[in-house]
Amino acid sequence: MPPLDSFSTQSEPAPAAGMTRRSFLRTSAVLTTGLAALATSLRPLLELDDYTSVERFMQKYYKEMTPDDMARVLKRIENEVQKQYGIRPHVRDLRPMDGVQFVYALNLTRCIGCRKCVHACVAENNQSRNPEIQYIRVLRMPHGSLDIEKAVHDYAPESVPEKGHFYMPVQCQQCKNPPCVKVCPVHATWQETDGITVIDYDWCIGCRYCEAACPYWARHFNFTQPSIPKDRLNPEMAYLGNRPRRQGVMEKCHFCIQRTRAGRYPACVEVCPAGARKFGNVLDPTSEVAYILRTKRVFIQLKEELGTSPRFFYYFDV
Amino acid sequence: MRRGIRNYLVFLRRCALIAFVGDARYYLWMGVLTVICLLGLNAYAKQLVHGLITTGMSDEVSWGVYIANFTFLVGVAAAAVMMVIPVYIYDNEELHDLVIFGELLAVAAIIMCLAFVTVDLGRPDRFWHLIPGLGQLNFPASMLSWDVIVLNGYLLLNVHICGYLLYCRYRNRKPSRWFYIPFVFVAIGWAVSIHTVTAFLYVGLGGRPFWNSSIVGPRFLASAFTAGPALIILALQIIRRVTAYRITDKALLTLRSIVQVSMLINVFLLANEVFKEFYSGNLHVASSKYLYLGLHGYHALVPWIWTAIVFNLIAMVLLVLPLSRSLKWLNLTCVLCIVGIWIEKGMGLVIPGFIPTPLGAMAEYRPSLNETLICLGIWAFGLLCYTIFLRMAVPILQGRLTQANEGLPGGRPGPVPLETQLRPQAASSALPPP
Repeated sequence: MPPLDSFSTQSEPAPAAGMTRRSFLRTSAVLTTGLAALATSLRPLLELDDYTSVERFMQKYYKEMTPDDMARVLKRIENEVQKQYGIRPHVRDLRPMDGVQFVYALNLTRCIGCRKCVHACVAENNQSRNPEIQYIRVLRMPHGSLDIEKAVHDYAPESVPEKGHFYMPVQCQQCKNPPCVKVCPVHATWQETDGITVIDYDWCIGCRYCEAACPYWARHFNFTQPSIPKDRLNPEMAYLGNRPRRQGVMEKCHFCIQRTRAGRYPACVEVCPAGARKFGNVLDPTSEVAYILRTKRVFIQLKEELGTSPRFFYYFDV
Repeated sequence: MRRGIRNYLVFLRRCALIAFVGDARYYLWMGVLTVICLLGLNAYAKQLVHGLITTGMSDEVSWGVYIANFTFLVGVAAAAVMMVIPVYIYDNEELHDLVIFGELLAVAAIIMCLAFVTVDLGRPDRFWHLIPGLGQLNFPASMLSWDVIVLNGYLLLNVHICGYLLYCRYRNRKPSRWFYIPFVFVAIGWAVSIHTVTAFLYVGLGGRPFWNSSIVGPRFLASAFTAGPALIILALQIIRRVTAYRITDKALLTLRSIVQVSMLINVFLLANEVFKEFYSGNLHVASSKYLYLGLHGYHALVPWIWTAIVFNLIAMVLLVLPLSRSLKWLNLTCVLCIVGIWIEKGMGLVIPGFIPTPLGAMAEYRPSLNETLICLGIWAFGLLCYTIFLRMAVPILQGRLTQANEGLPGGRPGPVPLETQLRPQAASSALPPP
């Protein structure tokens, strides 16, 4: 094929003498078609409803908000929730308490794998029912092995517990060295002084790098607008806790911040029928968790070799 | 000063106008690309409305073809240095003028990279949280923040180098060495860094044994320096066909030897990795098993990875044989390299890292139609950019688009300044390309 000289030498458009009528018509026809095509391709954006607002777009980073800013934001969130769900929620910004380090202990001898914790967590934390998001995953393990690659996630027998198995619920391990915090490019997730790793849902950009970094599969992404039945909404909310999330952001277990920072137990602890779940302030020597860590002979920190140092301890009745 | 700005604006305007001029084939090519771009834009609009649920991604496999293409294209961008090094360090004359084509490819590739990360974001409206000073860039802890910096830096470096050299050629001036040589050398180091940082994005994750391996970085570079120059070989031949620009066979063969060496290293490193994974037989082999053999009845990637391996091996053999000195065979080899590495480093690296999940669950990933359209749209947009860059650069390098002929074939309507009217005689005599 010969080189296309006609194409390469004809290097300049229409002559300087001014546009002819024909070239003007042609240019405007091309332009109109182009703009129409562009508009058509962008048409789906018309359905974009309540994606963001000036206030939400401009909202400051959690740690940079003054008390006044926070009060305004909390009010706005209450209005938004009321508009969407028809219930006036009570949204608070609960801060960590001094002298408190939360720790979780889970008794593998007792857990029967009933998944009541999973459902209590969903109800308490306003998790999306469709698509389903759950912070707790209960693994059915073969007798004698802690090899997580042998775990069964979707067991559904007539009744639990099943012979030859034990159950290991996994949720956010609230690591002391959290890989998710390290990788977040915008500081949207961080560890608070009481040991809880939280997310500012209004700051997260949705890159899902934390989800790739988490060794416990504890982080979950809102692939679409979450949906919660109106009559199931839990109106007692915290900013860093269970307030409804939006499409495109991460969420995870936060030790029920809206309860635990107000002196209550997490929902999963309260609901557990086997008494397998223990929670408390490890700095308080009279707490249950301090007693367990003092007296039990063996604990498991899941994937200890990764150096994440979980605040979540599995133990046995020995 | 004012004249300088005016000259520069005229330059930009003429460059922009020339992008709209070409023959029928040019219009057809650009038209097809524009249509694909618009289809992609339409798909992205849908994704913005409904969220990433329109993709094949899930909590199990939370990165997909967007990040896979991103990873591949960072390599293509980094490979521009493989033309720069021979020219600026070893004074290779054959490649001298072609460096600009390589760097323009890097610019187009980085634009595609940035587009691919943007479409992967759940909240693109919050991109400003990444801007230092305005937002909260987590530097230096997060490797993603490093990536933001090195990619944008590399884009600026290459835009500066290409833009400056082309503008000097346009004005028929000798470029001032101080104004671009230091940047060229910074760009060489920077090119290595963009790909290393992108590798570290994966390598740094202790919870993902498939990625948490020190060989990933070197493998990234080796595969980038294979696929990138292979792509440049093909691009140069297209330029040679559709324009009168002279590109020697010797230049193409110089690039061939770069592809040759890189491919040998790439296959060697791959063998190292496969050996380590399978021979030691520890528990962490699950992802590799999934990739190469299939695991627990899940084997979506198996045909892909074996295609990639076969392509890479055939390409390696062809590159070693003298056969690939003939351009027909060289082209085939380049296509094999590009496809092989695109699979191996895109899907073959990103997806198996997620399977099985950290809690041992199996899942598979298949890109959705909408997701695929977005990818095609971004590729079409990148090709559109590269075509436009070449449409501007080729006549400038040939000396047919210069300041001297500014007034002549109707650049600007209206009166032409005296000074520029005086010169065109001399310039137009230099019109025919060498």
